[in-house]
Amino acid sequence: MSQVQNTAGQIEAEKQISPLKQQFKEFWFYFSENKGAVAGLFFFLFVVFVAIFADIIAPHSPNQQYREFIQLPPFWQDGGQFQFFLGTDPVGRDVLSRIMHGSRYSLFAGCIVIVISLTAGVLLGLSAGFFRGFYEVVVMRVMDVILSIPSLLMALVLVAMLGPSLQNAMIAISITYLPHYVRLARASTVAEAARDYVMASKVAGAGKMRLMLVAILPNCMAPLIVQASLSFSTAILDTAALGFLGQGAQAPTAEWGTMLADAREFILSAWWIVTFPGLAILLTVLAINLMGDGLRDALDPKMKRS
Amino acid sequence: MGSETVLKADNLKRYYEVKGGMFSKGGTVKALDGATFQLEAGKTLAVVGESGCGKSTLARLVTLIEKPTQGELLLGGMDIASAHSKEDMITLRQMVQIVFQDPYGSLNPRQKISDILAEPLKINTKMSASERREEVLSMMSRVGLRPEQADRYPHMFSGGQRQRIAVARALMLRPKIVILDEPVSALDVSIQAQVLNLLTDLQEEMDLAYLFISHDLSVVKHIADDVLVMYLGQPVEHGTRDEIFSNPQHPYTRALLSATPVADPNRKKDRIKLVGELPSPLNPPSGCSFHPRCPLANDRCKAERPVLASTSSALVSCHAVEEGRS
Repeated sequence: MSQVQNTAGQIEAEKQISPLKQQFKEFWFYFSENKGAVAGLFFFLFVVFVAIFADIIAPHSPNQQYREFIQLPPFWQDGGQFQFFLGTDPVGRDVLSRIMHGSRYSLFAGCIVIVISLTAGVLLGLSAGFFRGFYEVVVMRVMDVILSIPSLLMALVLVAMLGPSLQNAMIAISITYLPHYVRLARASTVAEAARDYVMASKVAGAGKMRLMLVAILPNCMAPLIVQASLSFSTAILDTAALGFLGQGAQAPTAEWGTMLADAREFILSAWWIVTFPGLAILLTVLAINLMGDGLRDALDPKMKRS
Repeated sequence: MGSETVLKADNLKRYYEVKGGMFSKGGTVKALDGATFQLEAGKTLAVVGESGCGKSTLARLVTLIEKPTQGELLLGGMDIASAHSKEDMITLRQMVQIVFQDPYGSLNPRQKISDILAEPLKINTKMSASERREEVLSMMSRVGLRPEQADRYPHMFSGGQRQRIAVARALMLRPKIVILDEPVSALDVSIQAQVLNLLTDLQEEMDLAYLFISHDLSVVKHIADDVLVMYLGQPVEHGTRDEIFSNPQHPYTRALLSATPVADPNRKKDRIKLVGELPSPLNPPSGCSFHPRCPLANDRCKAERPVLASTSSALVSCHAVEEGRS
C-alpha cells in the first residue's frame, strides 16, 4: 500500500515539473512495449526524413535522364555502377533518386487524404449521432451508397469526372474513405451521448456545440485515430494504385505507383525498375500499420494498467 | 433553517408518444401522471417506488432536461413555463442540479477533475480561470478531496471518491435544490454511510433541498424528512418519514416496507407478497392502477380512480383506506 502511495507521489512530483513531458513519458511507456510498433515508427521516421531532405540526399535529380546509362542494373550486379545505386530506368533516370522523391508524394497524399476524410467524417458522424432523426437517416444512407461501390472503382469514376491528377486522386480517395469515419464517429457518438456525464453537462447548461466537441468527441477519438493510422497506409496504396492505372499522378512525376506503371513492361528484363518502388510501397505501408497497432494500444485508456 | 418553498410541483405530468410499428398500435406512455408535492429549503423529500414508477422521469422534469406535458413546476417561485429568455434559463439552472446513480458513468473519463468541476462555472458565470480554480479547490475540500487530486482523471478514483466529485460538481453553481438519483445504490455499504453523512452535512451547511430518489428504504429512513411513494407514475402515499414508516396506510406502501430486509433474526417476518408484475404504463389498469395486485381491491377500485386524500396521518390515494376496509 505504501509503495502504491509512493509511486502516486512520484507521479505527482513529475507532473508538477512538466505535464506534457509526463504525458509523453506515459505514452512512450505503453507504445514501446510493442517492439513491432517501435520498428515501424523508426522506419516511418526514416521515410519522413528522406521525404523532407530528398533534394539534398538524393544522388541525382529524379528527372535527369542519363542517356548513356539506360537500364543499368543495381551496383552489386554485373554492369552496375556505384553512382546509380539501385540502377536506372529505361530512359536513364536514377531509380534510387526517384524513389526518394516519390516518398514525398506518397506521404503527402496519405496526410491530405486523412485530414480531409477524418475532418469531414467526424463532423458528419458526430452531428448525425447527436441530432439523430431525419438528418441522420440521410447522412447514413448516402454513406451506405458510397460503401456499396468498390472503393477503387468509385475513385476511378471520380477521377475520370474531375480529370486525372494527383490532387484529384486525393480528393477522390478521401470521398471513398469517408463512410468508415462517419460510421465510426456516429456509432461512438450514439453510445457516448446516452452516458450520464453528457447529461450532467446538459444539466449544467452546456450548449450543443460544447456537448458535441468537449464532452463527446474526445471520448470517440481512440477508434478514429486507429482508423486514421490504418487508412493512412491504404491511402498510400490507393494513390499508388490510381497512379498505376494512369489516373493519379502523371508521368514524369516520380510517384511510386506511376513508376510501377511505367516499368511494368520491363518486369522480366529489368526487374529492379519494378521491384524497388514496389518494395518502397510495401515497407512503408507495413511500417505504418505496425505503428498504428502500437498507437491503438498506447492511446486506448482501457488497455492501460493504472 | 429556512422554511422557504424552493420547489413546487402541481399535478405534474409527462407523457411519451409511442409510434405504432407495423404490427403494433401507437399509444401514450404515462410515465408520470399527476405528481403534486412541494419541497422546502433544508429538507429532504424521498421519492420511492419500484422501477418504472416514474422516479427518473420526475428527475428529468425537475432538472429541466425535459418539459412537462401538463402541470405546473415552480423552482424558487419561478414558473418554468414562463422562462423563455436565456437569462431565465441560467437562473433556473443554477437553482437545480443533479447527482447520478452511477459514479463510473457520470464523470467524463477524458477530463481532469478540475475541468469537470469548473465546467458549470465556465458555462454559467463570467469568472476568470484563476477564480474558477479557487472555487474548484474550495469545493473539493468541502467534499473531502485533497487539492492535489484536482489534476487527476476520474479513473484514478474509487467509487466513493467519484461520487464525492459528482456531488461537488452539482454544488458548484450553489443550487437550492439537488436531485439525488439513487446516489448511493452503486456504492459499498460502508461507503454509502460516508456519502450520506457528507450529503447531510452539506445540506445543513448550504441549506439545500434534496429530492432523494431511491428504492432503498433503509437509506430513505436515514435521510428523508418527507416520503412520496409512487406507483406507475402516480403518487399513492405522501407523508412525513415517521408517518410512512411507522403507520403506512396504502397497501402498496405496506408491501414495500415489508420487503425491506431487517438485520434482526428474531423479528417475526410478516412479509406481504405482491402478486403479478408492474403493469405496462402504455396500458394502465382502469380505476386504481394498483388494483390488479392489491389484496384489498373491490369493484370500486376497478372502476374509479382514487385521489390523494388526507387521512389521520399521511395523504393516501386508496378507496380501501378511505372506506376503512384496511
